[in-house]
Amino acid sequence: MNKTLKFILLAPVIIYALILILFPILYILVLSFQTSDNYGGIIYAFTIYNYIRIFDPIYLKVFLVSGIFGFFVTLACLIIAYPFSIFVSEKKPHIQKLLITLVLIPFLTNSLIRTYGWIVLLRKEGIINTLLSNLSIIDNPLSFMYNNLGIFIGLTYTLLPFMILPIYNSVSKIDKKVIEAAQDLGAKPLSIFFKIIVPSTYSGIFNGCIMTFIPAIGMFFIVDLLGGGKIMLIGNLIKNQFLVSRNWPFGSALAIFLIVVTLVLVKVYKKLGGKMDDLGGF
Amino acid sequence: MKKKIFKNIFIILVFIFLYLPIIALIAFSFNDSKLNIVFEGFTFEWYKTLFTNTTLLESLRNTLIVAITSTVISTIIGTLAAVGLTKYNFKGKNLINSLLYIPVVIPEIVLGISLLSIYTLMKLDLGLGTLILSHIAFSIPYVIISVRTVISSMNWQIEEAAHDLGASDFLTFRKVILPEIVPGIISGATLAFTLSLDDVIISYFTTGPGSNTLPLQIYSMIKTGITPDVNALTTLIILFVMIILFTSTIIQVRKIKKGYRV
Repeated sequence: MNKTLKFILLAPVIIYALILILFPILYILVLSFQTSDNYGGIIYAFTIYNYIRIFDPIYLKVFLVSGIFGFFVTLACLIIAYPFSIFVSEKKPHIQKLLITLVLIPFLTNSLIRTYGWIVLLRKEGIINTLLSNLSIIDNPLSFMYNNLGIFIGLTYTLLPFMILPIYNSVSKIDKKVIEAAQDLGAKPLSIFFKIIVPSTYSGIFNGCIMTFIPAIGMFFIVDLLGGGKIMLIGNLIKNQFLVSRNWPFGSALAIFLIVVTLVLVKVYKKLGGKMDDLGGF
Repeated sequence: MKKKIFKNIFIILVFIFLYLPIIALIAFSFNDSKLNIVFEGFTFEWYKTLFTNTTLLESLRNTLIVAITSTVISTIIGTLAAVGLTKYNFKGKNLINSLLYIPVVIPEIVLGISLLSIYTLMKLDLGLGTLILSHIAFSIPYVIISVRTVISSMNWQIEEAAHDLGASDFLTFRKVILPEIVPGIISGATLAFTLSLDDVIISYFTTGPGSNTLPLQIYSMIKTGITPDVNALTTLIILFVMIILFTSTIIQVRKIKKGYRV
């Protein structure tokens, strides 16, 4: 009897984890050591050429640009999310709950729809330019999109909730009595902030940074739509290898590289005392 | 006092940033101009044409089919798994546990292309079937995490008590464990459903011709030209999400307030 229940509870998840997670990842690992025949076919012969190709200056530039975008988007999200989370956590509990729900609503509406909303706002004939020229602030429309700025706005906007949720969670767990005790002992606000608040939110900060940085370099559609096809991040490169140049082995090698980067970041997060179940802040 | 005003202004500015594109879309869904550029006048026109736009409606139907099917399946598997993985030890449990975090942490594009690769290897036709399978693949871990959070705060002594009183394993699972973890199941299912509705990247790689979901349809429309009825449809979707979230929050807020009175 006990065995039947154990089987029912565990068999589905084991089958799922092996077939839909382990197998696909192992398969692209195998693919990454093969060659493409340039017609979308795969020649099965072991080679490490795809990994050497990653270090070609053309692709290194894509990594560099992705790293820079990822860094600045993550930084922007952190600068907005950290004070926001602290200010929200000072409110009454039911108001906090309401404000966090208000953060969740755009987060749960389709990201592509919201990107389209930004196009409506930012394009040359868009709302912001029309408004500025009607107020006679500008003569010629400003270019907010089809450039780096557009990508930066789009990514920061889309990923901000991923930063707010884990940071808010860790900020709201800080014991208020510790802060009061520090105040009673004469600690200045700045030293309370840097010696108590920041250290107790390290794992939340790093959690938010992972959940912002990693998607930022993979979200090809935002880069496509707001960057106007001029700039390429790793996500766009992988997408092109799979759907345009049809070189799946090289695309797989790039994907494996991304997995390795992700696993290193997660390792650091765990070292900082972060719990795996908290990742993503849900 | 000054400090408080500054803090409130900061909070308001963040919310303006978060809601700006949504408000723009809602406003334009009532715009008289066909060009979708300048606001000319108020109209319900686009809500009417929406119901004659069969491509758009069909993609909405596909989105709902995929979201509902994948949510039901991943909620069932995820709930069973969360209980099983807490209750039992077995060989390879650590491997399974670490595998479950992969869809949560790796970039969606990696999951998308690796699923596409195995579907091609297995010669599966890309379409609604592969879409559902892929959505199940990324939803299950979130359901497990949601349910496990509730389980970890559960009192396992009641399970022992049920056993001591002679209840079978199945009976204990159905009558004792399941009712306790319902809140976790509901939040896991809600998460799975919204993740499915929201997904662009994984769907982009794992769908086939003729089975576009709404996000994919909008993606191709943005490139070729968007009609104002898309604004109308998005407005309806946003309203739908708001109603669901607000109802659940109001219930929770009431609970918090009740807790105060006690």
